[in-house]
Amino acid sequence: MNAGPSPVATEAPRTEEPDPAVAETVRLSYREALRMAMREELGRDERVFLMGEEVGVFNGSYKVSDGLLDEFGPDRIRDTPISEEGFVGAAVGAALLGERPIVEIMTLNFLLVAMDQVVNHAAKVGAMFGGKVRCPLVIRTPNGAGNQLTAQHSQSFDGWFAGTPGLKVVAPATPADAKGLLKAAIRDDDPVLLIENLSAYKEKGEVPTDPEYLVPLGLAAVAREGTDISLISHGFASVRALETAERLAAEGVSAEVVDLRSLRPLDVETVAASVRKTNHALLIEEGWPSFGVTAELAARIQHVCFDYLDAPIERVGMAEVPLPYAKNLENAALPNVDRILGAARSVLAGSRR
Amino acid sequence: MAERAKTPTLEQYEAMVTIRAFETEAERQYKAAKIGGYCHLSSGQEATTVGTMAAMTPSDLLVTGYRCHGFALARGVPASEAMAELFGRRSGCAGGRGGSMHLLDPERGFYGGWGIVAGQLPVATGLALALTRRGREDAVLCELGDGAVNMGAWHESLNLAALWELPIVYLVVNNVYGMGTSVSRASAEPDLFKRAASYRMASERVDGDDIEAVFDATDRLLGAAREQRKPAVLEAMTYRYRGHSVADAGTAYRTKDEIAERRGRDPITRVRATLAERGAEEAELEGAEQRARDTVAAAVEFADADAEPALDRLAAGMYAPTSDLQFARMKPGSPYGEDELVYAAGLGA
Repeated sequence: MNAGPSPVATEAPRTEEPDPAVAETVRLSYREALRMAMREELGRDERVFLMGEEVGVFNGSYKVSDGLLDEFGPDRIRDTPISEEGFVGAAVGAALLGERPIVEIMTLNFLLVAMDQVVNHAAKVGAMFGGKVRCPLVIRTPNGAGNQLTAQHSQSFDGWFAGTPGLKVVAPATPADAKGLLKAAIRDDDPVLLIENLSAYKEKGEVPTDPEYLVPLGLAAVAREGTDISLISHGFASVRALETAERLAAEGVSAEVVDLRSLRPLDVETVAASVRKTNHALLIEEGWPSFGVTAELAARIQHVCFDYLDAPIERVGMAEVPLPYAKNLENAALPNVDRILGAARSVLAGSRR
Repeated sequence: MAERAKTPTLEQYEAMVTIRAFETEAERQYKAAKIGGYCHLSSGQEATTVGTMAAMTPSDLLVTGYRCHGFALARGVPASEAMAELFGRRSGCAGGRGGSMHLLDPERGFYGGWGIVAGQLPVATGLALALTRRGREDAVLCELGDGAVNMGAWHESLNLAALWELPIVYLVVNNVYGMGTSVSRASAEPDLFKRAASYRMASERVDGDDIEAVFDATDRLLGAAREQRKPAVLEAMTYRYRGHSVADAGTAYRTKDEIAERRGRDPITRVRATLAERGAEEAELEGAEQRARDTVAAAVEFADADAEPALDRLAAGMYAPTSDLQFARMKPGSPYGEDELVYAAGLGA
């Protein structure tokens, strides 16, 4: 491909939101949708296997893999010791030989002890070895805070990973995207980190039953159309953003919600189109905003929408402290709907149109 | 079982001499600024390198740390491709993307040259897992240095390999120093092979400068790994003549007498004497030495004449070729022109 204007830029495939009139859907929770994706891919491709702590006999710490051991046996659904650096690295090695491992990490917090394998091994394989080997690996893990899990278990490092060339990072917000993105990640030839969310597991939605339902990486979704302000987010923050948009509608404000779905590759085009329409941008993430996903988004938006902004870009994320235990302090720190709502009003009030 | 009748062979002697010549030349070229970065030489360790590689079958897999030139050559990577990689040229075995520490040749079952101490152990363990999933009766040989055994990745890998009965042999190349820190100053259990007992894993120590002993031990342990899925640790006792890397004179933490004493029982000299004793003609030995010199001289000539990687290949191989559509919508606002380099030209091998 030459370096000129790429014709594919405007022609990247769009997935349609599941339309009950044409696609058969079933109402599932987010965790059930993930399970459906894994069951289908395990059945489709012998090279796919799942490994992680408590994925088998225990049926999954958060029951995502419930029942899969019975169906596929211990070689395909492999319980591991508490040994993240060991088994994440083992998945990298298996992927080098062409297997398609899915690694479940109990929470994103525990991926830190395997950081070397993710950032300095998996992400390096393609480029460092001149493209001679690939690393088709999926790591699934939930981020997020809440339920008084406290400082060491309440983090979202999405931006750390998304800032690493060589990795791909996706973060589904809905059950349908959970299925479609996980299946696309499993079939992808590169290492993909799929960030789930503890609070999202119970959320329900319509999920296409089509075993070929894939959501392409690098494609954001306009989760709600609006004209006054763009709420841009990913993962569970998109659930909060939709709730905020509903509240704003009651105030007569038409908010558009852009659910990024994919952080690397990042769909800047959809973000830009939305901001050019609404002229106001509020960025929301579950993690700490400083140096985070919203920081990157703000940089991209000012670059491509400089003349379109009627107010400074605002951001909402977790308060920049290790998350405290006390319920009132925890609530004050989370990027909840009230805080997002306040920020949205402030963006609109700051309009310099 | 690999051929074990005549170790050491004249071919093995030539391989050892070639590695020594390659390393000597690499140091010279580094000092001439033809080679950059880190450059870790293995002069003195040739019996361990060639002895272990001789026990591997073509379908076995090899993973090493960053001191990998010798292993690459002994596994069959052409010296020209290895030297071109050190020179950062496009015909290098990693396309000039990896350098000294990241040689590889997947077609010969060599899955890298990895640069983080002990980081290659979990990866190698996973390759062994993949072998079992595919029903292959092959094994992985995973090289590491004596410094790697104090890392968590060592313990996690050995535990997994023993727990899952994986076909892998962890080769601890004990060259006495992890950078400038001796084994006795780094490990509470200086008999490194004994640590495998914690995982009920077979282990042994061998004179790494005795190519016959190295070959026999490796052959036996790889055989048990292939046929009985018994992982093992093999500790080869050897010595590196040069510093940790070319930038290290190698004298701050050891005496010149010690180096001289080790050089006095050089593994190449030992093999030469053994071959002569067993009837090799002087002309045959000199012929092997001449071929080694010629091979390395030709490698340098090749690398020097080879072109640098094209600039539009900056991101070559980073993502699979199928990724171009995925990245197409990321271009707006890309601050460093990476839209052209990464998203347009760079994707794919």
